[in-house]
Amino acid sequence: MLIKKGIAASLGIAMGPALVINKEQGRAEKRMLTPEEAHAEVHRFKTAVEQTRADLKAMRDKVLSVLGKKHARLIDAHNLILSDVIITQTIPKKIRGKLINAEYALQEALDNIERQFAKIDDEYFKERRFDFIDVFKKIASHLASAEKASSENISEPSVLVASSLFPSDTMAFRENKNVLGFCTDLGSKASHTAIFAQSAGLPAVVGLVDISSQLRTGDYIIADGEQGIVIVNPRAAIINKYKARKAELEKEEALFSRLKDLPAVTVDGHKVNVFLNLDAEGSPFKWKRLKAGGIGLCRTEGLFMNRSILPSEDEQYEKYLELAKAYSGCPVIIRTADIGGDRATKLGIKGLHDERNPFMGFRGIRLFLKYPELLKTQLRALFRANIKGNISIMIPMVTSYNEVEAFRQIADSAIAELAAEGRPAKPCRLGIMIEIPSAALIVDQLLSLVDFISVGTNDLIQYSLAVDRVNQYVSSLYEPFHPAVLRLLHLITEAAKRCGKEVSICGEMASDPEAAAFLVGIGVDTLSVTPKMFLRIKNAVRKLNFKTSAAMALSALDLPSAKKVRALFDSENSTHSKL
Amino acid sequence: MIKKNIKVVNELGIHARPAGMIVNTASSFPCEVWLENEDGMNVNAKSIMGVMMLAAACGSNLLLTANGGKEEDAVKAIEKLFADKFDED
Repeated sequence: MLIKKGIAASLGIAMGPALVINKEQGRAEKRMLTPEEAHAEVHRFKTAVEQTRADLKAMRDKVLSVLGKKHARLIDAHNLILSDVIITQTIPKKIRGKLINAEYALQEALDNIERQFAKIDDEYFKERRFDFIDVFKKIASHLASAEKASSENISEPSVLVASSLFPSDTMAFRENKNVLGFCTDLGSKASHTAIFAQSAGLPAVVGLVDISSQLRTGDYIIADGEQGIVIVNPRAAIINKYKARKAELEKEEALFSRLKDLPAVTVDGHKVNVFLNLDAEGSPFKWKRLKAGGIGLCRTEGLFMNRSILPSEDEQYEKYLELAKAYSGCPVIIRTADIGGDRATKLGIKGLHDERNPFMGFRGIRLFLKYPELLKTQLRALFRANIKGNISIMIPMVTSYNEVEAFRQIADSAIAELAAEGRPAKPCRLGIMIEIPSAALIVDQLLSLVDFISVGTNDLIQYSLAVDRVNQYVSSLYEPFHPAVLRLLHLITEAAKRCGKEVSICGEMASDPEAAAFLVGIGVDTLSVTPKMFLRIKNAVRKLNFKTSAAMALSALDLPSAKKVRALFDSENSTHSKL
Repeated sequence: MIKKNIKVVNELGIHARPAGMIVNTASSFPCEVWLENEDGMNVNAKSIMGVMMLAAACGSNLLLTANGGKEEDAVKAIEKLFADKFDED
């Protein structure tokens, strides 16, 4: 068994025998011609160009009918390349002037183009060279009257493996039901091939470096387009694991097409926001197709990771701006960095080495209040980005009223500074994480200082139950349905409702479909969930009856054990699924 | 001869499709049409190769030059393509 790591280019899992198609045609050799021969050579070249044009036309019709107008325009771009002066004038001139064969003139022109593209820094534009290579190789294949890479002779279901695939190949493969997915040595996520594969729903892993030379046709492979890996000749246990995952993905896809345009409301019309939890360092566009109503928690710790200098205000600003723009019109809640411990030391912040108990240590708001300049930098970036968005700021690890007051003072001075500098900026709504029992118990006082609260259930549960989840001896005591946790959540929600402020849950509990009835029942406004659980939570909300859930949540508060709480909600769930 | 500054405002920049639209539009006028990026790279707007080599991302500025017959119309038509974000949305 061999595992190759590449780039996940198109979601999904393809499993089956590999079909290695090696299209490397090698470099053209130079041949010298007589002037008469050169004349005929130009004609031969022009014929190959016309044949390529005919191919493109056929391809365009296919693309248009299968993928639509937007994709067909890419083929139009290929047509324009065929009409470019390089093809229509430069190359014929070279053949005549230098008395060389068409293949060689074409090769030289392509080399020149590749050199030009090599100078471009932008990865997206750099990838566009494949459009030129694709067209040039097509002409070359007509010159050689070589057989076309054809999908017709793929007679059994296979995963295609190639050095690289051109958009036109990908297009042809889409039509062939025997093509399960593909893996290539070259390519990136921005390549046309990846884009076509995504729109065709074909799993793809690219950037595998040398897979086409390592594999032989017939090797059984799994192309995992989620993790960007290819497993060659996997063990039976792995095949079974992937079969299960594949079935799960198909189920999710079905759920997606059913739910994507439906609102998150209970059967009796109670609206619940289902938002996403994201990390600031990731691409904000990744989960857009879920059409979430907002971002309930964007963590920013990642911006401070794996580096030895702090991210500058401008660097942070760009990131927040990108996020705000990606979700323009939607609320985006960004949490100030919860850094501490070793990470802080690496960044040159004087913290504590090897804290005995980092859980209860120097991190989050505690660290930022000790080093207000760090906090101010982040706040300035956020206020500037808020000009283009709807950003709210959330403070982690709050335990006291003083901390929130101190935070507000720093925020006020950041705003005043920006105004004095004449930089456009807009204050953000302010909220706090409730993840420590002390904050939960004085939440009514804290609420007078902020616009909203969000409960980080993971830490709240760990701190309340004195359980470290990664300690195997006590991890079984971690229990979201512990009556004490439920009572805390109820107390928090009631306090927020009394002052008419929003309460959201952004911990893992929000991503647990079993907990949805209780959380919605006590009146939580927003469930902010991991992208993977988004559809399932939305689906769970849509199955709930708000009035019944509210009554059940209240009675759950009087139950003495988690087991009894689960039994109560289970009975309700099963009556529902029967309906 | 007309010179005009234009800004790339569509989200994806001048990738293959917008480049194709520029080339098609420029080619429909008799005048010469040139585009220059901030690095001073000056290309024939009737060549897709040239236009794509500009690697013009969203937010970048280009200098459009037209010289010859119907130069005014050419500039207007190309400006409109940019302003309409190449029908991207």
